[in-house]
Amino acid sequence: MAGSDDRDRLREEFLAEAQEIIESLSRDLLMLDQAQKGDGPIDPDLINEVFRGVHTLKGIAGMFGYHQLGAVAHALEDLLDDVRLGRVQISAEVLDVLFEGVENFGRMLSEDTGSEGDGVNLGQYAVSIDRVAAQSDHAPDPLDSFELDPAVLSVLTEYEEHRLRTNIEQGVHLFRLKVHFSLASIDSALEELKNRAKPLAEIITYLPSMDGSDGDSIDLEVLLASGATLEALAEALGQDSRQLTLVPRSGATPAPPPRQASPTTRPPAMPARDTHAPPAAPPRASADVSLEQRSLRSVANTVRVDIRKLDHLMNLVGELAIIRSAVGRVTDRLRGHPALRKLGLELHRVNRGFERRLEELQDGILDVRMVPLGQLFDKLARIVRQVAREHEKDVHLVVTGAETELDKLIVEELSDPLMHIIRNAIDHGIESPKVREIAGKSSTGTLALNAYQKGNHVLIEIEDDGQGMNEQLLLETAVRKGLLTKDSSTELSREEILNLIFTPGFSTRSQITDTSGRGVGMDVVKTNISRLGGIIDAQSELGTGTKFTITLPVTLAIISALLMRIGGRHYALPITSVQEAISLDPLTLRTVEGREVITLRGSTLPVCRLADLFRLQRTEPAPEKQFVVVSAVGQRRVGFVVDDLDGQQDIVIKPLGPSLQNVRGFAGATDLGDQRVALVLDAPGLLEETLVGLDRTTSLGARA
Amino acid sequence: MRVLVVEDSSAMRAFVRASLEESVSANVIEAASGFEALRLLPREDFDVAIVDVNMPDINGLELVSFIRKSERHAKTPVVMISTEATERDRERGLALGANVFLSKPFGAEDLTRVVVAARRDAGGG
Repeated sequence: MAGSDDRDRLREEFLAEAQEIIESLSRDLLMLDQAQKGDGPIDPDLINEVFRGVHTLKGIAGMFGYHQLGAVAHALEDLLDDVRLGRVQISAEVLDVLFEGVENFGRMLSEDTGSEGDGVNLGQYAVSIDRVAAQSDHAPDPLDSFELDPAVLSVLTEYEEHRLRTNIEQGVHLFRLKVHFSLASIDSALEELKNRAKPLAEIITYLPSMDGSDGDSIDLEVLLASGATLEALAEALGQDSRQLTLVPRSGATPAPPPRQASPTTRPPAMPARDTHAPPAAPPRASADVSLEQRSLRSVANTVRVDIRKLDHLMNLVGELAIIRSAVGRVTDRLRGHPALRKLGLELHRVNRGFERRLEELQDGILDVRMVPLGQLFDKLARIVRQVAREHEKDVHLVVTGAETELDKLIVEELSDPLMHIIRNAIDHGIESPKVREIAGKSSTGTLALNAYQKGNHVLIEIEDDGQGMNEQLLLETAVRKGLLTKDSSTELSREEILNLIFTPGFSTRSQITDTSGRGVGMDVVKTNISRLGGIIDAQSELGTGTKFTITLPVTLAIISALLMRIGGRHYALPITSVQEAISLDPLTLRTVEGREVITLRGSTLPVCRLADLFRLQRTEPAPEKQFVVVSAVGQRRVGFVVDDLDGQQDIVIKPLGPSLQNVRGFAGATDLGDQRVALVLDAPGLLEETLVGLDRTTSLGARA
Repeated sequence: MRVLVVEDSSAMRAFVRASLEESVSANVIEAASGFEALRLLPREDFDVAIVDVNMPDINGLELVSFIRKSERHAKTPVVMISTEATERDRERGLALGANVFLSKPFGAEDLTRVVVAARRDAGGG
């Protein structure tokens, strides 16, 4: 049935996240438990963390139809909100209820995943939650521990109130400072006050008061929180301190506010508090051992693994593949020996079986490394929203192909370049709503993010329906910045002009904007993408929009490569960038504008003699019969002339040493397993190198 | 119509200005902080004040409280705007005398509608 896979996957996602939340809740509660037992301050962020966890759990439970779990989370969320805002003190009893909640969550999830259970009795639990929550009426709000003017409290934003509470919880004093400012100099006077107060106190808020206001000056009341004494603070504030007063604590509450509230109603089952107990918190689970064991079992069948561990496994697989090749060669020798032929055949069969399993293992590990692009796209959606708002543009984001998978490492590295392109698209591409309307477009711009797999590559397109790139402007800029001479600028093809944006030092905006133009240009985007073995292409139509296409290999870890020989040396070219290999027919060779080209099935293909490019010293003349390896990345194609082909092999690319890392045209080196080493060619880089100035030739030739 | 906009984000001020200038040809006076507003309020009249809640130093709630206490502006309609408005901030704003509370993001039309309505309700026609 269509969609049931999706539902299962979503359910898995839910279970994984719920499990993760429960685990971190459990950790946070243990920390809270320790803090509550000790004398140290209870970190308000920790409580907030627990609140947020339960809040998220409630939200996703509702979305995925776990209504009972959602209801429990809701009840706990209310309780935690009271705790967070100081209405309920965090006591041993409250912690009991929270710990029990974590267990119940775990049970509710595991019951659903099919393990038999006797149902979770939630009625009893609901009563417990109610009981501790009801104490909120008695638990004092920390704000009540000071005699604060209700008029002051009524104008605090929730955040300021939170800061105030936090300060009170740290046991500091509160001060009120009355200052009279001339409106003309209020900014500098205030700045001075802030600087004086800063080392000692946190300024919670400033309240303008009508009393002293005569149109030219104003009375401000400043609320400060500080651990310092009145005298120390007064001294720090200097002449501003004349009207500094300590906010008295309310008589009813001792200072500092009680943290270990209501120890009287501890349940009898709890062991007496032992000050010598080890810091690890005792389990607060119920006495039912089987239930406890069940709740400890992880529900979601997922693990998180450091990508480096997978890299290591992948390397091992690569090395196994090399050994397999070596065994293959021994096998061939055995088979070629008449007396050992039978043995050789047997070994050959065994080796074939080994090879198949090894491929499965390799595919399995590759599969584990793959993550859907959706995660990255979600992040980008937030950026789109934010940047669009910063620039007051209406942007509608359309995402397709979020399920397309790519190697985790590549996805990580893609984040920055994509972010940059998207910022550019909104900043420079999509026009303001007014301009769009005048141009006869819908006032809301559309940004499309599309991903799909094509063979061994994943393509990501970022397309906007903005103003497009102005070729004339690009040319002028390039000439002005000295990247092009005026003469040569007239000879560029449309594609070449658009590709100018990838040139270092190029940026069309003279003005630096908040989002783009931070000195990091499209050239960095391009470099980052080529580092991943990918390429980026730009298409743009003035007035209609711009589209960037990024072509990436599916994985970086292990690749199939075509082995080639040039001048007696070994080279490997990733098979993903090989289109075909043909014998070089000298009759089809022509020279167009000083460049060698061949005609391949009616179209012109520029060729590059790698021996010349690498300036190889031949010990013997080039063989008569040579080969052309047709390599294509994105829209670009070139034929590499090599001496001989050595077949296909899986290789693990090892990086070149630091001194060689910046040599263009090489992606690394690989061990071929028989004491031969091959340099791995970087197809996008080489294409780049050989196609410089060739694009025109090709298009001319193709038209001819 | 004279509109005071108190908002620390310049982008937001520009948006308010553009929206109201275009829709109702309002004369928009900008204040980038609560203090700037305090300089203007005792001397000038406004048909509507638009106040952001979360601003450094003097927050929007304090400003609303100040506006309501002043004789000159006791009846000036106040529109509060906020990004992360919590229900509590909204309640407080309204309790302090703000006429209406608008949560970001809002469009130019929403803003215009609310500002025009606030002015009409205050008897400004």
